[in-house]
Amino acid sequence: MSTEPAAAHHGHDDHGHGHEGAHGTMKSYVTGFVLSVILTAIPFWLVMGDVLATQRATAMAIMFFGAVQIVVHMVYFLHMNTKSDGGWTMLALIFTIVFVVITISGSLWVMYHLNTNMMPMTPHDMRNMP
Amino acid sequence: MAYQTAHNAPAGGKPAFYVTDGHEHVHAGDSTPLGFWVYLMSDCLIFAVLFATYGVLGRSYAAGPTGADLFDLSLVAINTAMLLFSSITYGFAMLAMEKGKKSAVLLWLGITGLFGLAFLGIELYEFHHLIHVGATPQRSAFLSAFFALVGTHGLHVTAGIIWLVTLMFQVRQRGLIAENRRRLMCLSMFWHFLDVVWIGVFSFVYLMGVLQ
Repeated sequence: MSTEPAAAHHGHDDHGHGHEGAHGTMKSYVTGFVLSVILTAIPFWLVMGDVLATQRATAMAIMFFGAVQIVVHMVYFLHMNTKSDGGWTMLALIFTIVFVVITISGSLWVMYHLNTNMMPMTPHDMRNMP
Repeated sequence: MAYQTAHNAPAGGKPAFYVTDGHEHVHAGDSTPLGFWVYLMSDCLIFAVLFATYGVLGRSYAAGPTGADLFDLSLVAINTAMLLFSSITYGFAMLAMEKGKKSAVLLWLGITGLFGLAFLGIELYEFHHLIHVGATPQRSAFLSAFFALVGTHGLHVTAGIIWLVTLMFQVRQRGLIAENRRRLMCLSMFWHFLDVVWIGVFSFVYLMGVLQ
């Protein structure tokens, strides 16, 4: 008698958690896919078609569309939200983003300054290096 | 019966220990997605370091070939499409899993695996071509960083395909039991995560690489 409600409760709990923000719907997957295709096609078109006037503008556009597409993937394919697992997935993500930004921008920043302070070297010198 | 005893135990005052034990049992499988997510985040740090390395060394050609000389963007576009298609087909596999349709899950997993294999095949063809024309990892710092970053991503996709095939056998033999559903869920996160990393690769390495 007592085991039956317990088992039912267990089963229901399991089921409920499987659904909670974990999976998308057909609509969300298709939306994410269509957005991804558009956000992929634009930067490829910009580069292959040589659309923008300056290289710098093209580079900025590539980075922008890349960042937007990463967010689209996070939301529609990885089903990120602030509520799943009591917000711990979001916290882990924020922590990682902070680390990633420090690692990449810090490396570029430091190494750029090291490079500009290095002795100039011609390709010819380089070829004869040990 | 045992469950009820455990539940009523704190009324007796003493063994609160059993209650927490019981709760952990109920939530045993629930922490897996979070744990796997933490793994993915640590994997993300590996890729961040490789991206940083490429960012620093990506223009150090050592008088060798540049990205503009080497990269074939139409090939990269096809590769990107393969990975995108595999992402949506894996999504369809998860939807079929929700509905408990075993054969549909196997079908979509199979299609996902084929797209993954196509991606790997194109990437290996590209690497073979690069090495054939002398653009080996030893040629310049740019190429070392390039092969390290793109190669690590390729290794992850390889691992994902092996995992996917393993799960196909699991699902075929055992059906869509709770354990297999959990495993499919984890692989889904892994697979979509690899697609996210690939966005960074094609934007930062290939598209930026052909700009001078």
